[in-house]
Amino acid sequence: MAEDWLGVEAAVSASEGEDEGQEDGERRHQQLLEAVSSLSGRKRRKLAERTEASAQVSEFNVSCKGAGEKLVLSELLKPIRPKSALSSVKKELTRVKQKKAVELPLSKEEAKRVVREAAYVRTSKDVGKWQQVVLQNRRAEQLVFPLKQEIATVVPLEQVASAWKARTPLEQEIFGLLHKTQQPITDPLLTPEETASLQAMSLEEARQRRAELQKARVVQSYYEAKARREKKIKSKKYHRVLKRSKRRKALKEFELLHKSDPEAALARLEELEQLRMQERMSLKHQNKGKWARSRAVMAKYDLEARKAMQEQLAKNKELMQKVRVELPEEEPGDAPEEDLTSVTVPTIPAGASGANPWMLGKPSGPAEEPEVQEGLGDVAVPGAAESKEEMEEEEEVSEEEALLQDFAQKRHARQQRAGSPEGQGADETEAVSELPGDSPIHPVCAEEQASLGIEQPPRAQEEILLSEQLGRVRTMEDVEALASEERVEEQEKPAAARAEKRVQQQEKCKAGDTRAKKPPAKKKIISLQAVLAGKSQEVQCPSLPVVVEEEEGGFDQRGVITEAFAGDDVVADFRREKRKAEQAAKPQSVNLVLPGWGEWGGTGLKPSTKKIKRFLLKPPPAPPRKDQHLPHVIMSEQRNIHAAAHQVSELPFPFERHQQFEHSIRTPVGTTWNTQRAFQKLTAPRVITRAGHIIQPISAEDVPDVAAAAGGGAGPALEIAPKQQEHPFRRPRKRAR
Amino acid sequence: MRVKVLSRNPDDYVRETKLDLQRVPRNYDPALHPFEVPREYTRALNATKLERVFAKPFLSSLDGHRDGVNCMAKHPKSLSTVLSGACDGEVKIWNLTKRQCIRTIQAHEGFVRGMCARFCGTSFFTVGDDKTVKQWKMESPEYGEEEEPIHTILGKTVYTGIDHHWKEAVFATCGHQVDIWDEQRTSPMCSLTWGFDSISSVKFNPIETYLLGSCASDRNIVLYDMRKSTPLKKVILNMRTNTLCWNPMEAFIFTAANEDYNLYTFDMRFLESPVMVHMDHVSAVLDVDYSPTGKEFVSASFDKSVRIFPVDKGHSREVYHTKRMQHVITVKWTSDNKYILCGSDEMNIRLWKANASEKLGVLAPREKAAMNYNQKLKEKFQYHPQIRRIAQHRHLPKSIFCQIKEQRIMREARRRKELNRRKHSKPGSMPFVSERKKHIVAVVK
Repeated sequence: MAEDWLGVEAAVSASEGEDEGQEDGERRHQQLLEAVSSLSGRKRRKLAERTEASAQVSEFNVSCKGAGEKLVLSELLKPIRPKSALSSVKKELTRVKQKKAVELPLSKEEAKRVVREAAYVRTSKDVGKWQQVVLQNRRAEQLVFPLKQEIATVVPLEQVASAWKARTPLEQEIFGLLHKTQQPITDPLLTPEETASLQAMSLEEARQRRAELQKARVVQSYYEAKARREKKIKSKKYHRVLKRSKRRKALKEFELLHKSDPEAALARLEELEQLRMQERMSLKHQNKGKWARSRAVMAKYDLEARKAMQEQLAKNKELMQKVRVELPEEEPGDAPEEDLTSVTVPTIPAGASGANPWMLGKPSGPAEEPEVQEGLGDVAVPGAAESKEEMEEEEEVSEEEALLQDFAQKRHARQQRAGSPEGQGADETEAVSELPGDSPIHPVCAEEQASLGIEQPPRAQEEILLSEQLGRVRTMEDVEALASEERVEEQEKPAAARAEKRVQQQEKCKAGDTRAKKPPAKKKIISLQAVLAGKSQEVQCPSLPVVVEEEEGGFDQRGVITEAFAGDDVVADFRREKRKAEQAAKPQSVNLVLPGWGEWGGTGLKPSTKKIKRFLLKPPPAPPRKDQHLPHVIMSEQRNIHAAAHQVSELPFPFERHQQFEHSIRTPVGTTWNTQRAFQKLTAPRVITRAGHIIQPISAEDVPDVAAAAGGGAGPALEIAPKQQEHPFRRPRKRAR
Repeated sequence: MRVKVLSRNPDDYVRETKLDLQRVPRNYDPALHPFEVPREYTRALNATKLERVFAKPFLSSLDGHRDGVNCMAKHPKSLSTVLSGACDGEVKIWNLTKRQCIRTIQAHEGFVRGMCARFCGTSFFTVGDDKTVKQWKMESPEYGEEEEPIHTILGKTVYTGIDHHWKEAVFATCGHQVDIWDEQRTSPMCSLTWGFDSISSVKFNPIETYLLGSCASDRNIVLYDMRKSTPLKKVILNMRTNTLCWNPMEAFIFTAANEDYNLYTFDMRFLESPVMVHMDHVSAVLDVDYSPTGKEFVSASFDKSVRIFPVDKGHSREVYHTKRMQHVITVKWTSDNKYILCGSDEMNIRLWKANASEKLGVLAPREKAAMNYNQKLKEKFQYHPQIRRIAQHRHLPKSIFCQIKEQRIMREARRRKELNRRKHSKPGSMPFVSERKKHIVAVVK
């Protein structure tokens, strides 16, 4: 074996030596030496070994144990001793062997197609989000276009004209002239008159003012009338009482004034003194007047007159006396009434006007109010009557002024309230308290209550018409039970009657029948079953035995038929029918007789025969019937060809049953049969457009759902809410008037 | 003394103006007002007759072009302004209220193939046979200014149509391919191609504005998505589609005007069969435009007529024609849903009412109520033969009438033949094909 190997080797080397140059000369030489030495006698085998590292490594130096063995790649990689470290590498190697080659890329056409398909799917999904909107629009009863209502805005001239310039010579000339004369090119601001008019009183205010004035005028006339009325009163007692009460009042006031403001009281006193002096000077109350003279005449006989005269004189003396300046003793009571009132006027408090019905609602001092109301309350008491009268007297003059002052105050208060939110709240409470009508709670009290947090008793609730409770007074069960009872009773009555009758008939017809039934027990409630049973009994009795007999008798067909239709004569029936049809087709005479026309009429009176003869119109005889000579035929000439031309012969498309179609035709639309509102609803057009408005294509902004979906991307685009709650473009319903 | 009297609300018995009728309290007991159906029927009949009496749709014609009107465009902000382009390259801007031409531009050499206004209404674009796209100011040039386009883009091929995006400064042209342009640039942002045939029209979707539809002369309709700059799907019909129009209220619906005398309304999500086939024209349909309410559309045809179709009906509700009107090339429905404009071969633009018998101008409330009532009555009794006969009657020129008759005979013959074939062949071998599917050749993904 070795020799062979060597020989081959040598041969190879020889051939190689020829081929390659002198580079390998050395190597070859060595080999030759080796070969030669191996040829020597001893069979010495020397394994070629590489002992040192060299640049040139001969492939021939590589040796293996068994020279004849085949080299396997895995063996090369295998370690000498089996080691686990390289097994993974081996595995990988096997896997690499198994792997197929990378596929060829798709052709350009194919690739494009895939892209297209993907894009198409996506786009149709995107577009599909409009599906719901489109369906709704198609189904909508009314669409109003344009979908977006544009608000026209007026652009100010300055903005529009800013970009514009005069270019043509004519324009330039015109503008030059305008500039020269300093005409305003743009709109000037508001003129003073305009500003004034803008700042003038608002409509609301004007209305208020007018209402106040009206009220004042009314009040004035009212009091004038009252004063006139009172002036006419002749009762002395009345006047006396009036005077006294006035005096008392003045006194009281004076005392009050004296306490509160002595200086003013002093001044007042002086004034009074002045008055007294004037009175003294005027020489009133002396016995020179007409009345005094008459009294003087009467004094001789009349005690009363004498008394009056004395009084007069006393008064005169009193007046003539010099008054001492000591305050408490000073009594202004004797001062004449007219002057007194005139003096006391300014001191009357505003609250005194409470007796006036006009002024009941006005916000006045709460302390004064009750007094006034008391006075109002017991008019019958004479003592109180005085006070009332007093007040009225005093009010007489001051009332209007006070009223106007009051109005001014009110207005002021209102303005303030409008300014402040708290005020508004108060206003609301007032409004609430006023709502139920003439509520006894005074606004002020209500306010107080509200401020205290006390809830008012639920008055408003009492006035609500419906009484709302949780439990039902009468439940549905009750109602149903009642209804069912009634029904049963109703059924019972006729059913029982019928059953009885039927049973009686049966008994009559089959008198000899053994199955004679006794009449049903008169139960109060007869069930439906019982009634049905009675019916079946009736059917049973006559028919069965008859048929059996006939079958026994003979099988003649004709006989059978005649037997079967023994009762009904068909021919006669037909004849009758025809006669009836003929009668119906005959033209009817028209009766135009008016009873009572031209003669006496009334119950029990008949128009005269002459008249009947005259006004009973006989129509011309009808043309001969077409079935005149055909005894077995009825030819109807009812159908009107002219009408048929207008009738629908077959069911039109969207309808499925003729009832639907008939129903659609039967319901009238016009105003003759419908109310105005219903008519408007019924005739509302499907599409409304506005003249001169551009209708833009629908966009996502018009439909909030779609806009949201578009914002969310492709995913939610498909998940549009299944049903829109409201139609996007439905027109808001007009309010019914 | 105050005398108290019963008081009533004056609103119940006092009329608002002296022109109003006196208010009379009315008893609506049906027994008192018998014969409601016959009475209403009579009213409906009268209303129908009056509608036909007052049906005078033609308002005026705008003449001034010196060649056939090839395209039109609406002003997006002004109802009274309309633009039109003619076959001699002339563009005119019209004032509809005055019915006058307010401006004339020699825009192109050769045809003005397409035009569209910018969404803001400040400028408009035209494309022409001279391979250019031009942008013009909407306002007429001021004193001393030259009539010149703002921009001019020179292209390599002829552009046959143009449409502007509804919200952005982007427009699309079509020719050999669909190009999408930024207004600021002179080269397209992207070019969309699918096949190698000339595309006759391109339209942006007004609602989902990234969507485009185009129709090419190899009989197909192609949809594009601008976001991905890729075509989406293609549907091939029996014959060529001339134009298409998107529904302005329903994002996925568009209608295509076809050479085979029909219009097809498609749902872009289900292109396998059209939603509706609208047939009534007797020659190629050249243009279609939706009403702004999206309920109807108008179509212009080579058969010298204009028809109005409800979207959900297979047949037209109205046909407009005049003796002098030739092949109608372009048609537009104005943005207020009131008028229709059509431009035709014989150099005229005609203005029609969209609703033939509508009274123009302001209506009194009672007039309006009566109108609504009449409309309702007509609707209610529409199935009655006399009313239907009157309502449907239209006068047609002899040519159209004869052609319709001919068409009917042809259709009947075809149907009979199919029936016979089916009768004499193995059951099931001749399947029924619905009218909608008949016209679709294929849908290409």
